[in-house]
Amino acid sequence: MNIIGHYNYWIVVILMMIGFYIVIAHGNLIKKLMGLSIFQTAVFFFYISIGKITGATAPILDPDFELYSNPLPHVLILTAIVVGIATTALGLALVIRIQEAYGSIEESEIQDQDTQDQMECQLEAYGYQKHSMMSVKTLDE
Amino acid sequence: MIFGIYSLLSASLFLDLDAVDVAFTEASVGAGISTLLFIATLKLVRRHEKVYRYRPIFALGVVVVTGSLLIYGTFDMPYFGDPEAPAHQHVAPRYLNDSMDEIGVPNVVTSVLASYRGFDTLGEVIVVFTAGIGVMSLLLVSRQTKQLEKGRVPAEMKGQVILRVVAKMMMPLILMFALYVQFHGDYGPGGGFQAGVIFAAGVILYTMLFGLSNAEQVFKRVVIEKLTALGVLIYAGVGIVTMVLGYNFLDYNALAHDPVHGQHYGILLVELGVGITVAAVMMNMFFKFTWRIVKHKYSVEK
Repeated sequence: MNIIGHYNYWIVVILMMIGFYIVIAHGNLIKKLMGLSIFQTAVFFFYISIGKITGATAPILDPDFELYSNPLPHVLILTAIVVGIATTALGLALVIRIQEAYGSIEESEIQDQDTQDQMECQLEAYGYQKHSMMSVKTLDE
Repeated sequence: MIFGIYSLLSASLFLDLDAVDVAFTEASVGAGISTLLFIATLKLVRRHEKVYRYRPIFALGVVVVTGSLLIYGTFDMPYFGDPEAPAHQHVAPRYLNDSMDEIGVPNVVTSVLASYRGFDTLGEVIVVFTAGIGVMSLLLVSRQTKQLEKGRVPAEMKGQVILRVVAKMMMPLILMFALYVQFHGDYGPGGGFQAGVIFAAGVILYTMLFGLSNAEQVFKRVVIEKLTALGVLIYAGVGIVTMVLGYNFLDYNALAHDPVHGQHYGILLVELGVGITVAAVMMNMFFKFTWRIVKHKYSVEK
């Protein structure tokens, strides 16, 4: 029970890092949200494992039991799960709207479209007609 | 799919860690609704991720460094299951020892959730409510779409006779179980959050098998949208009533002569508000996502 006693935190850290890696290494917005969900469950495990006491039982008072686990993390995480799904759904709704607006949910493609739009706007500001033959593509070439 | 299994596994792990209420919530939310919403979104977007040639070595490096720092940090943490850990020293013993006299509810999680930390829970319910409104406004269903498909949105799984028969038998049981979880949350694991999600899951099952039009005849959009707000209103209303009676906001002792009875009434009402809001928001989200799918399908066909 010296160094192995921390294994719950290590599992949490590994899960958390898997989620983190998915969030930063993938360009796909749905994958990012999935990574965020995994990250979130890691935090849930962290809280719940802190509340655990060896040999204790669930915190529902009963004359047969003496030792209970800590109820406070349970309360916090219980509400966090429901709030988590609500915010994930909001994120997914945003993804759907992005797909409708850009036709893609890849971060790089969205960024390309944005820069192109920006350049067109700037060209317009410098007096180029949007419908003249001078499009951004010809400029690039 | 794998995500649903992952949620179910984490639910059983929570159970093993004595967190029965949390396991309950994770099983109904994670294995049911969140997987469904992910699948619904995947249906609307491109199915496969674009493959890049570069390897995200930098990201891997960041992750490894952060992970090792965090693991280094855990060496100062208390051991797993240690009863002397600081987390168990402050308010937790008070909740466990005094809640029976003060609140009279055996499930400590419920009494902490609804009474001791009533403010916190009110905040969470408002977050759920706000997210519901956000989804509502992002995925608005135009009247045109509705007219177009009036009465003829076919169920995706119309051919599944066995599923339909079983679902028809299960439906009342699921809804009844949700109500049981709602009102029995004082004595066993359960409460408004779980009950709301289970209720919504029952309705979602029905919608998937019998079609959106049928479901929306019973669970009208207008009613659900109003219910979303009603739950928050009940919760905050209880707080206002206790204030009018001369006590603090959400101090349920005001609701009856005997403080313990007052706490019982208060928790019942508050959990009801939570249940209504959560159920309405979950149903509403699912309906909005499916309407989007319907809209896309018809606009492609046109």
